[in-house]
Amino acid sequence: MAPPVAIAIEGVGKRFNLYAERASSLKERVVRLRRSKAREFWALKDVAYDIQPGRTVGLVGANGSGKTTLLKVIGGIIRPTEGTVTTRGRIAALLELGAGFHPELTGRENVYLNASILGLTRKETDRHFDAIVAFAELEDFIDQQVKYYSSGMFVRLGFAVAVHVDPQILLVDEVLAVGDEGFQRKCIERVKEFQAEGRTIVFVTHAVDLVRRICNEAIMLDHGEVRASGDVDSVISELRTVLLQQHAYYAGEEGTRDLEIVSAEIYDEQGRTGAAFHPGDTIVVQVDLRANTPVENPVISIGLTDANDQFVFGTNTDWRQQRWPVFEGKQRVRFVLKGIPFVEGRYSVTLGAHSRDVSTVYHSLENRFFFDVSRGEENTGAVFIPVEVQVEPL
Amino acid sequence: MPSADTAEATEVLVRTSEPPKLRVRRRLRELAEHREILTNLVRKELKVRYATSALGVVWSMLNPLLYLAVFGVVFTFFLKSGIPDFPVFLLSGIVAWTLFSTAVGQATTSIVGNANLVSKVAFPREILPLASIGAALVNFAFQLLVLIAFTLVIGHGLGSGLVLLPLAFAVLVVFTTALALLVSAFNVRYRDTQHLVELGLLAWFWLTPIVYPAGTIAKKFAESGWSFDLFLINPLADIVLGFQRALYGASAVGTEGGGFASEGSAILPDPGLAYYALRLGIVGAASLLLLFLSWRFFFNRSGDFAEEL
Repeated sequence: MAPPVAIAIEGVGKRFNLYAERASSLKERVVRLRRSKAREFWALKDVAYDIQPGRTVGLVGANGSGKTTLLKVIGGIIRPTEGTVTTRGRIAALLELGAGFHPELTGRENVYLNASILGLTRKETDRHFDAIVAFAELEDFIDQQVKYYSSGMFVRLGFAVAVHVDPQILLVDEVLAVGDEGFQRKCIERVKEFQAEGRTIVFVTHAVDLVRRICNEAIMLDHGEVRASGDVDSVISELRTVLLQQHAYYAGEEGTRDLEIVSAEIYDEQGRTGAAFHPGDTIVVQVDLRANTPVENPVISIGLTDANDQFVFGTNTDWRQQRWPVFEGKQRVRFVLKGIPFVEGRYSVTLGAHSRDVSTVYHSLENRFFFDVSRGEENTGAVFIPVEVQVEPL
Repeated sequence: MPSADTAEATEVLVRTSEPPKLRVRRRLRELAEHREILTNLVRKELKVRYATSALGVVWSMLNPLLYLAVFGVVFTFFLKSGIPDFPVFLLSGIVAWTLFSTAVGQATTSIVGNANLVSKVAFPREILPLASIGAALVNFAFQLLVLIAFTLVIGHGLGSGLVLLPLAFAVLVVFTTALALLVSAFNVRYRDTQHLVELGLLAWFWLTPIVYPAGTIAKKFAESGWSFDLFLINPLADIVLGFQRALYGASAVGTEGGGFASEGSAILPDPGLAYYALRLGIVGAASLLLLFLSWRFFFNRSGDFAEEL
């Protein structure tokens, strides 16, 4: 028989009422007798998912997709409007580091206060105290008032307490992204210890690589609904797609149109369009341009952006020694990208036509075109390196 | 993957859209489990209040001492109160009132003022107003000490009425808690509750026989044919009377040329202990009912505090 699930989320919906102007005082309530109409907003819609004990689940999605709301519902901080959440085991929600920290109190006092708020008893805190202080690397400052701490020290202390709570279910909201790299590594080590101890972890994050590194499964929310769930890789690729589509929606277009990008196409070496590319493939971005008036010294540029909106590559005709003293009529420009170094994901293409000093933009199309790269079975990681495996008998 | 420790009793929590029903015993157990937050918050509140001051906790004793000095001088020399040992009389009412008014005043903003905590951490929300009451109780203890010491020093002495003190204190705490829960929950939705509470407390102070003796009021009511019970509808009046009977005693009568007390008539309305015990019993029972109702109100609303902040 399967063990009982640690977290059972069944048909959970959460509605927020957004009031344009809601009476926030008794006075207003009396003066404005008619209730102002609330606009309903469903932050979560029919979310269902079972999390088995001992699993680490990444909760991903664009901003405003309902990740934190779901975490708060699981943590019992807010109530679902529909459905049920059942949790088994002591639960600790880390939505903020150093919850309840008071600047006038010393580090020591704040540790006890914060620990009790997170559910540790005094005895437990006594037992972990030295470990907490050591983890935060604050041995010399622990009896100082927290108001004299730097923000880094503050956060370290908050995190040190947080990782010493002893829950069976741990809910974490973005807090892993604190401190310097050394401290972050320590935090991730600690999360791995939690995993090894068989605790259930749910965490909200934007860091896709972190999800890959430490999660067994993932849930992606999109406008409050589960868009994808389960296998980490498939959830992440879905996330990338959605993030890019959202960008496409906002894709900008601007310029004087003296020189206009009439059309563009992306195809592979064989001239095929629309197919997914593989790491190391050659990609051709073909741009057709028309000068509405003769333009001197224009530059055509291309930029590639990944699903996290990270600019990954750019070049232009000028740098590639392609120049037009005067651009007239129609021209076709092909950027042949030889051997793309991407492993996986959806990439968007920004095209631009501008003057050489970039003071005048004739026409730009932001994130208007896409291509997908699928890694295949033989690659993993962030960048593609052409590999040959050589074997010889010894 | 090893499963979570099954030897430990697993805590199963179910969250639904249904606002949970207040089950007093169960909730009390939950509150008891979280008592360390309460003690830590009380400690914090006191510490923060006194940490930066040189005199520290002495301040909470200075407060009643100042009352003693100012009121003692004003009402003994400038304005004759007509009440013997006026400072003792005044303080026995003031300690009760101060506990009530500071606890309720602080509790009003306890949820809103800890918005950060409420919207990020799940814990029984009652803890926050209770912490305000806790801090007020610590101050109360110091002030009571000052009062008792002063009473003994000036030779006023403590009588058998002292047996009323635990009852009066218990009723005061129950009533204060009931009101604190109510206003703190209310202030989340309607933020001007705190201003109303401030004004309300000011009016309430003067409607309660703290500065003036209830005996005089009782006499005035009797003269005009009204029942004194009307005056005692104010639960604080009953509670304060209980404190005065316990700490000041019922033997005093108004002295000549007094401002508040008429000459020769009793300062307190009734000499017997039973009278006060009965009044306190009635108010105590009503306060318990009020506590249940306001707790239920608080409990029902508390699930939404995180959203309303």
